[in-house]
Amino acid sequence: MKQNIRFRLNGKPVALDTEDDRTLLWVLRGDLDLTGPKFGCGEGFCGACTVAVDDVAVRSCQTPLKAVQGKNVVTVEGLEHDGHLHPLQRAFMEHGGFQCGYCTSGMLMNAWAFLQKQPHPSRDAIVQEMDGNLCRCGAHQRIIAAIQDAAAKGGAR
Amino acid sequence: MRRRNVDVETDDLHRAALFAVPEAMDTPARQGNGFSRRSFCKLLGGGIVVLITTKPGRLFAQRRAYPEDLNAYLRIDENGGVTLFSGKIEMGQGIHTSLAQMAAEELGVSLDSVSMVMGDTDQCPWDQGTWGSQSTRMFGPAVRAAAAEARTVLMNLAAKKLEVGRDKLVVENGVVSVAGNSARKVTYGELAKGKQIARLVDEKAALRSLKEFKVIGRPTKRMDGHDKVTGRAKYAGDVRRPGMLYARILRPPSHGATRKSLDTSKAKSMSGATVVEKDDLIAVLHTDPQAAGHALALIKADWDQPAAAFDTESVGDYFLANGGAPEVRASHGDVTSVTANVIHSTFRTGYLAHAPMEPHTAIAELKDGKMTVWAGTQSPFGARAVIAKTLGMDEKNVRVITPFVGGGFGGKSSANQAVEAAQLAQIAGKPVMVAWTRGEEFFFDTFGPAAVVKIASAVDDQGKITTWDYHVWAAGDRSAEMFYDTPNVSLKTYIGRGGPKVHPFGTGPWRAPGAGTNVFGRESQIDIMAAAAKIDPLEFRLKNTSDARLRRALKAAADAFGWKAGAGPSGQGRAIAACTDAGAYCALAAEVAVDRATGVITVKRVVAAQDMGVVINPEGAKMQMEGCINMGLGYVLSEELNFKGGAIADKNFDTYELPRFAAVPRIETLLIPNDDLPPQGGGEPAIVPMGAVIANAVFDATGVRMFRLPMTPARVKAAMKT
Repeated sequence: MKQNIRFRLNGKPVALDTEDDRTLLWVLRGDLDLTGPKFGCGEGFCGACTVAVDDVAVRSCQTPLKAVQGKNVVTVEGLEHDGHLHPLQRAFMEHGGFQCGYCTSGMLMNAWAFLQKQPHPSRDAIVQEMDGNLCRCGAHQRIIAAIQDAAAKGGAR
Repeated sequence: MRRRNVDVETDDLHRAALFAVPEAMDTPARQGNGFSRRSFCKLLGGGIVVLITTKPGRLFAQRRAYPEDLNAYLRIDENGGVTLFSGKIEMGQGIHTSLAQMAAEELGVSLDSVSMVMGDTDQCPWDQGTWGSQSTRMFGPAVRAAAAEARTVLMNLAAKKLEVGRDKLVVENGVVSVAGNSARKVTYGELAKGKQIARLVDEKAALRSLKEFKVIGRPTKRMDGHDKVTGRAKYAGDVRRPGMLYARILRPPSHGATRKSLDTSKAKSMSGATVVEKDDLIAVLHTDPQAAGHALALIKADWDQPAAAFDTESVGDYFLANGGAPEVRASHGDVTSVTANVIHSTFRTGYLAHAPMEPHTAIAELKDGKMTVWAGTQSPFGARAVIAKTLGMDEKNVRVITPFVGGGFGGKSSANQAVEAAQLAQIAGKPVMVAWTRGEEFFFDTFGPAAVVKIASAVDDQGKITTWDYHVWAAGDRSAEMFYDTPNVSLKTYIGRGGPKVHPFGTGPWRAPGAGTNVFGRESQIDIMAAAAKIDPLEFRLKNTSDARLRRALKAAADAFGWKAGAGPSGQGRAIAACTDAGAYCALAAEVAVDRATGVITVKRVVAAQDMGVVINPEGAKMQMEGCINMGLGYVLSEELNFKGGAIADKNFDTYELPRFAAVPRIETLLIPNDDLPPQGGGEPAIVPMGAVIANAVFDATGVRMFRLPMTPARVKAAMKT
């Protein structure tokens, strides 16, 4: 059904007149011209499309647009502030928490949302929380180390 | 470092100049390359350009649009900026950084002043493709030679300008100054200004020695990091062109199926959808990818499917029964001369998906007779050739641009999605993106083949291996060499790695093709013999090899691991295995725990020791080794394609299980210094012994030997009961 959908995207208001059953992923990547959230599996198994909706990590490929009506959506493009990288982004760079980089946006957003609710997690908690996000290159240890480091440096910002 | 080949709109004069190259190359280089090369350089514009030659025909025999003897070039522009043009691509392996490091090292400039242009067929010299851990070891020397020559040219210019002898000059960060008088200086940019100098060098140009290295050998952070953590890094699916459409293509239910009927009427009536019907290419195009999917679902088709010759479980027996005559790959002594205490083993592995996180994606645009295709591919020049052939176009009118590639592992060696996108763009007259779904990715992957290894071997009462009779079906002989001293050796391959006549679907190279299977077989059998001889498996290996690099790798891994001697099964759950691959040696030591009740294997720790010659970027090398170990956990513990004939049951990650965070062990990597040897392949060796080291550790923990990968909980549980 065509509907007027309004939400905040990376801090700025967005309004769209479109079919409300379209998925958030393709609206972000198409209509809203963001390419950080990636298509990886289309069924919510891999996490490459992860974004935060009201600070909760969701799979944007499984999220109908109507579900974000009136909410706050944050994508990887929204992590920087005033030209400064977020501590998580810096830590991923510092620790080499990526190789091909295709899963990285989703990893970062999953970790970001996690740190919002749990600013000082244990290593085990990080592992458990990140377990649903797939990385084929095998950067796992470095991703965990990066999240631990970012948490220590106030990554819940 | 900037990356400039993604956005065609913002490209600079390189592209404009190089567009004209194919025309300028109408006189083939081999018939008078002086003229061709001069024309070529002229077209590049001002500055200093160094072209590299390697032995003609070695890696670059099929190149068309460039002088035949040229395979890399480097340009120092009038602002002192350095651009390295390479037909290689970046898919996560880090050569975007390591190639730039090599250029920066030889030139004497900072790393951040080097720009890379990679995988663009109009801007970069021809390249066969990015695979086989070859970029650093084979392409690296050419890059270093180019940079060294550029430095010589610049130093000569500087000597003239500063009126001193060359030996009095020092260079740092692109500034040449007189030793002891840093005020007398000139920058590379100033030297290059107004010049148009082109040089040709071969690989033998004087290179800096190891002792002089400032950039090579230092752990260096990845130069693509910033783009990748901000979402700015562009992959093929992130390219947007005006008026573009998304395609979804009708696919058969199984490989080998033939279409009996087709009804596209409902799809045609859907608003905004365009249906393309051209021979076997049935597709729908739409401005929204989801809507294209809805339109595809409206197409009805019936198919005839061929009978299945074998499936996940029967593939090994099928190969054994239909393997035909062997090819003898190695033979010495007489393996039939030993008949006492011969141990016979059969090892099996399954088909493996590459499963890169980025599915095959491409977008094609036909404009003014030129087809430009942005594609996630390991082989941009190969893609260009196939696209040109399929479309009936001249190669010079096809350009393939390779943005960042979201993982390849051998699976993006062919680029069918780029061909499909180009075909549809030609038909539609609009830019078309083809982005395979995960289901299509699992269907059209070129899977690593299932394989079988049979070994008959024996050990004498001195603990020496006396015979080694090795047979392998469908894995080829990569890494199969018997590097333990054995008087009687036979190595035979059957059906190579298979091919379209053997496998019911596409197969191809999967990270270190076949090597994981061969080393699973060999290093398991070595362990079996060590246990039979009641000798510690490390000691048994050392006792049976005089290969110095192998011995060093084994000892390094064992020392770092804290190896405690004891014949297997020692109950410790620890093991060792080694391989040679791509010119490197790698030994892994691992510790596991096995839950006998559930069959679940927990890999607790893996120590990797790798000798890969000179290491350009130790940080990058370690990342590759860790990646190998993590990725290796998949084919060892959970990954195996489920299929029946050409029908593939796995369609997504719910049934084809990749390694996850919770499975990741403690990993320690160490690089064995070997600066006497040029750089060897580092992107693959550490994945190779993973099957053997984990299977050996399971044996050490439980006394039960696993002969088939992956060692799923069900298989382990079953093995524990027998």
